[in-house]
Amino acid sequence: MTQKTLDKPSAYLSEATLHAILRAMLLSRRFDERAWLLHRQGKIVFHASAMGHEAAQVGAVFAIHRGVDYVCPYYRDLAMMIALGWGARALMLDVYAKPGGISSAGRQMPNHFSDRRLGVVSTSAPVAVQVVHAAGMAFAIKYKARLGLPTPDDAPRLALTTLGEGSTSQGDFHEALNWAGVHTLPLICLVENNGYAISVKLQAQMAIRDVSERAAGYGIHGAVVDGMDALAVYDTVYEAAQRAYNGDGATLIDAKVYRFTPHSSDDDDRSYRSREEVEAARANDPILRLRQTLIDLGALTAADFEEMDAEVRSEVDAAQAEVEAMPDPAPEDALADVFAPGRVDAWQS
Amino acid sequence: MAVMTLIEGLRQGMDEALAADPRVFIIGEDVGARGGVFRATQGLFDKYGGDRVIDSPLAESSIVGVGIGAALAGLLPICEIQFADFIYPAFNQIVNEAARMYYRSAGDWHVPLVIRVPYGGGVGGGLYHSQSVESLFAHQPGLKVVVPSTPADAKGLIKAALYDPNPVIIFEPKKGYRGIKGEVPEGEIVTSIGAARVARMGGDVSVFAYGMMAYYAEQAAEMVAVEGIDAEIIDLRTLAPVDRESILASVRKTGKALIVYEDNLTLGYGAEVAALIADDGFEFLDAPVRRLAAPDVPATPFSHPMQDFFMINPDKIAAAIRELAAY
Repeated sequence: MTQKTLDKPSAYLSEATLHAILRAMLLSRRFDERAWLLHRQGKIVFHASAMGHEAAQVGAVFAIHRGVDYVCPYYRDLAMMIALGWGARALMLDVYAKPGGISSAGRQMPNHFSDRRLGVVSTSAPVAVQVVHAAGMAFAIKYKARLGLPTPDDAPRLALTTLGEGSTSQGDFHEALNWAGVHTLPLICLVENNGYAISVKLQAQMAIRDVSERAAGYGIHGAVVDGMDALAVYDTVYEAAQRAYNGDGATLIDAKVYRFTPHSSDDDDRSYRSREEVEAARANDPILRLRQTLIDLGALTAADFEEMDAEVRSEVDAAQAEVEAMPDPAPEDALADVFAPGRVDAWQS
Repeated sequence: MAVMTLIEGLRQGMDEALAADPRVFIIGEDVGARGGVFRATQGLFDKYGGDRVIDSPLAESSIVGVGIGAALAGLLPICEIQFADFIYPAFNQIVNEAARMYYRSAGDWHVPLVIRVPYGGGVGGGLYHSQSVESLFAHQPGLKVVVPSTPADAKGLIKAALYDPNPVIIFEPKKGYRGIKGEVPEGEIVTSIGAARVARMGGDVSVFAYGMMAYYAEQAAEMVAVEGIDAEIIDLRTLAPVDRESILASVRKTGKALIVYEDNLTLGYGAEVAALIADDGFEFLDAPVRRLAAPDVPATPFSHPMQDFFMINPDKIAAAIRELAAY
């Protein structure tokens, strides 16, 4: 039986918010399952899954100023995009590479998310580059405050960036966190640590157990969290967010998750991990865990869950039907948007 | 009009931009109290403080990557890479990130970033303080690449780069930082990105060059002028986008084209200029297109006799002009 402990920030989440967290995770899962099906049917050419990462992604986003604070995600963050405000339709536009796609209008492979209105910076494929961008955006937040540049009340106050644990081997990860330490930046670096960089195990990636041990080397805060527990992630990221908002610097979080699927639709994970291992991990499903927690708290009934599930499934169905029927981009659209036109806006003091 | 050196023109451009717009800031190695290893930012730290003229950690990828993030967040960073030779750790951030951001987000995000890069040889800098790397970047759609060869253009191009909503790399001919002097207009001047400069009018041979080589080409033109050869010198000034019309107009007039660059010959920037003339200026030509460039060895050697052998100088350019004029 789950006890509601009032010393945790998550204890103060309303029932509506708890349902929104669960719904975002569930919609991500149902979309994700559909995408694998569409791939097998030959209707889409690529998919990378968030299955097993949903709690980490959604729990983190609900702990920051959603849709306002900057987010520099990586390719596995589709549940994060839903938590930020996307529906199945936006994800579907990306996997079908349709002209209306928010991320790139069909230029990038799916999973390379972008949405400027939500503060989400366009993602590329070389890993850890986005951690440096997030440091730069956090630097800009602090710069504007120090110089007294006018900023609206709803301006971003931190930058959240995510990456896999394999990506922490990159130099850019080190360079970015070093900046964050030197300049005491309002940055949250969330490592979605699923123990595998495609096929390479954690032990071949680093000689430490927790990525967050590295935080001390940068003079920033470190934390470890069970990434399969949405509310635990919420609590950890909430604390990191308050630290950032209060000018107390960056946090490196190691969220322990498990990737239920192969790395992507082009991967076959049978060569590097056993079926028994995967099945055992699936028993610790973050969605079923949150479902049970909310039921135990009296915040959800089994019937509520069934209703929610039916509703997100129908959203996925409707998105697929609509997007599949859309025209593809015109071939010559490949030539557009190489350079931004005009000049930067003049400074208005 | 004040006469100043190339580096003073550059500094005046940055100074005026810092004064006019609080979004403008400088990051790089030693740019603060030291004023940069070449003194390009000298005095700016004292005038604007450490919040705006910022000594970065010694790590080029993050100098550019933090600049990208700050630009995405609405600021106007000037990132200094201390020597062109050290730009490679930042190559991924420049090429895969800054240059592709606007395209890959279908115009949603843009990166108004300026990257200043001292480049070029002849300064006793050996393999790793002499390189010319401009063609690596001029090859990348989404990046603008400019090279001033006069103090006025140094000021005008840094202004233009700051107002441009795209990432712009300024390759600065460091050998000419103090050696090149010229008049610089007071106050606001903006050199148009994409426009070449006719440095000398002539009718016999067209010489296309940029940076230090444009400066040397003008000297070479005076050397051959007394022999009755009238060379036209086109300072390309912006390599990406290139000014096709000015190149073709000059070839149409002279029928002879020499391209001078201090990078290695093979696949250097002059190869593209030669291809452009072959494509669209073939019928104007009275002689083969010639390239004068450094030999295909990894980089400038340190020892002076070897360095002088490697480097292009006014005498070598004059000889190439004579040869082409006689064809």
